[in-house]
Amino acid sequence: MTGKARALVGALCALWLTAGAAGDPADQLPNPAQEGRARALFQEIRCLVCQNESIDDSEAQLADDLRRIVREQIRAGRTDAQVRAFLVARYGKFVLLKPPFDAGTALLWLGPFGVLAAAAVIVWRRRPTAHVADEPPLTREEQEKLNRLR
Amino acid sequence: MIVELGAFALTLAFCLSVAQAGLSFAGRRWRNASLRGAGEGAALVVFAAIVLAFASLTTAFVTSDFSVLNVANNSHSEKPLLYKIAAVWGSHEGSMLLWDLALTGFGAAVVLAGGGLPTNLRSVTVGVQGLLGLLFIGYTAFASNPFIRIPNPPVEGASLNPILQDPFLAIHPPFLYSGYVGFSVVFSLCVAVLIEGRVDAAFARWVRPWALAAWSLLTIGITLGSFWAYYELGWGGWWFWDPVENASFMPWLAGAALLHSAIVTEKRGALTGWTVFLGLAAFTFSMLGAFLVRSGILTSVHAFAVDSKRGAMLLAILALAGGGGLGLFAWRAPGLKPGGLFAPISREGALVINNLFLATAALIVMLGTLYPLIYKAVTDQPLSFGAPAFNLMFGVLMTPVLLIMPAATLLSWKRADAKGAVQRLWAAALAVVGAVALAYLLQRPKTGFALLGVGLGVWLIAGALSELAHRVRLGATTLHDSLTRLTHLPRSAIGMTLAHIGVGVFVLGACVELNGRVEVAKVVATGETVDIGAYHLTLSGVSTVEGPNFTAERAKVEVRGPSGSGALFPERRFYPANRQTVSQVAIDVRGASDLYVVFGERREGARPTWLIRAYWNPFARLIFLGPLIMALGGALSLSDRRLRLVAGRKAVAAAQTKAAT
Repeated sequence: MTGKARALVGALCALWLTAGAAGDPADQLPNPAQEGRARALFQEIRCLVCQNESIDDSEAQLADDLRRIVREQIRAGRTDAQVRAFLVARYGKFVLLKPPFDAGTALLWLGPFGVLAAAAVIVWRRRPTAHVADEPPLTREEQEKLNRLR
Repeated sequence: MIVELGAFALTLAFCLSVAQAGLSFAGRRWRNASLRGAGEGAALVVFAAIVLAFASLTTAFVTSDFSVLNVANNSHSEKPLLYKIAAVWGSHEGSMLLWDLALTGFGAAVVLAGGGLPTNLRSVTVGVQGLLGLLFIGYTAFASNPFIRIPNPPVEGASLNPILQDPFLAIHPPFLYSGYVGFSVVFSLCVAVLIEGRVDAAFARWVRPWALAAWSLLTIGITLGSFWAYYELGWGGWWFWDPVENASFMPWLAGAALLHSAIVTEKRGALTGWTVFLGLAAFTFSMLGAFLVRSGILTSVHAFAVDSKRGAMLLAILALAGGGGLGLFAWRAPGLKPGGLFAPISREGALVINNLFLATAALIVMLGTLYPLIYKAVTDQPLSFGAPAFNLMFGVLMTPVLLIMPAATLLSWKRADAKGAVQRLWAAALAVVGAVALAYLLQRPKTGFALLGVGLGVWLIAGALSELAHRVRLGATTLHDSLTRLTHLPRSAIGMTLAHIGVGVFVLGACVELNGRVEVAKVVATGETVDIGAYHLTLSGVSTVEGPNFTAERAKVEVRGPSGSGALFPERRFYPANRQTVSQVAIDVRGASDLYVVFGERREGARPTWLIRAYWNPFARLIFLGPLIMALGGALSLSDRRLRLVAGRKAVAAAQTKAAT
């Protein structure tokens, strides 16, 4: 993104100062269950022109359009997965704040847990019993001293 | 003139940092007390010079000297005095000067409080601190100088982003930066230990108080920032997993791990290499944060002037200092001697688990922040990894470790009885059952995650109290005896209990708030009412208010509800200097919960109406109270007689006199 485009986006997103637009009563779906699902989805969808915000938080025009799309689709009876698939087909994976698990994101989703497991194995392997073996064996004098104590 | 003096002082500080590093290393090399002393003296003068530079920039802001570019870009003559002062660190250049102030301040503190360290270790530490000063003061002076004059000064300044015109700008960055940079002392000490090639008791005793100080300050800094976002952004969010927040969270996690591993190193002489590694990692994360926040390679909701050229320089600093430290670790750490013995089930074992999880948490934050960049570089496709993804990963990772935390604190050193420790938690388990049952009966709306959060939070709080009760033998002896024991407990023990209670309070607040938040939005005319839960909000009037540098539309919202009635005054402020409108929310604190009211835009019609947005944020206060309790615990531990730096020095002095006689 060029500097100018970035500045423009910044100006557009200046509106985020008064964010929280998703709850505007005029836009809400009449069915509370559907509205609840829409709000939950909003939190997973990125406002593409904003600086790292979900469309639930953003007051940018694009966020407003995306919210309308999501609400329309839900009203039309689409499932959450279908709505997500529609948005990904249109805007790419970038639109999802929780990226799907696939070959490209496996390292991201599993990497930390893999490292944790590997570290746990290393720690267990090198657990202090190994150090006990490292301790020098008793010298003959020490052994005799020990025998006398017994 | 004053500004030129500041510019001179900044350059002087850079030159003296060279001297600080050079003299200290030379003093170590030739074992020369005069050279060492000169290096330490230079560290003090560097600090004095940066204080002078900082004072002169502050003067330029207070007197609205718009011939200084930084002042012209970030200040305005009509701004209140507090924000003129706070604007000193509101910009890129000024915030780097604040960073330098903290860095050299900690450098001077090492010199003043460092009497307890072995001479060679102290010289190398002061020298490394000088090298860090060299890098950062050099960057400030040559690439990000706040003292640059402009030939044709404007009549009026461009003013500061209105969202930054808040009392929290005055206190949040100083705490945050002191925390970030406080880890530099730990970093320098660890580098010194690696150079000297041996770890003695002094290192372990030394690293802990500095880590405690830095971590406590960082905790307060992050909490203040979070609370600021909570009431400023206008919809009650307090943590967004934004790159800028993650930048502060990574050193915090590394620091928390360091605090725990340093205990093992100090008490049992084990985990030495790991403690050194964490000491290096904490400040490396701080530097990574400084780079991420200012380079503009990541998009963030937190506005900061970004510049890719400066970003490249900060990356070079990160590579030099962080890479240098970690490279030194890879080279020298294998030579550090392994420490004491312990069985897997022991306090040491539990602290190892704590460290594995905290380090993995830091890794998740780092990977989640940086992976989209790598992904974009490889596939040319952008990728998001946002709040819902982080929440999932953190939930999975942290839940098990929080569950075992109360039992872990009850284990004894070397070899412990796990069954005994768990049995001692029966009271805590009862408290959990009671609290979850009560929450189930009272909670509206009912969500499973909120109940889980209540259970986990109460488990942590009650578990920490159980440990304290066990320590003072409550129930096993007379009450009087228990109280006597309590007053004789070392402060670090009470500090630990407090910090762990703080974790519980935070978990309780965060889970309940995130899952139990209620939101209502309604367009109303004056005299009409918005209902949220058991509360009734009536818009009784709207007036126009003139502020010092803004005009505001102020609503009077009357609140009626279960615990009394009152009035709230949310505003919409227009700042003509920036042509920006900012919402000023009003919060009615009800116990630990918040009634959060936002006054929206005016809608013209037959008669004017306004959008009122109201949130019921249950237990929201606990989210900010918890970390403050953690920081208080850290501060209390720091004040422990055994850890106190001056006391350590006195002990050494006493030992030396004794040896001399």
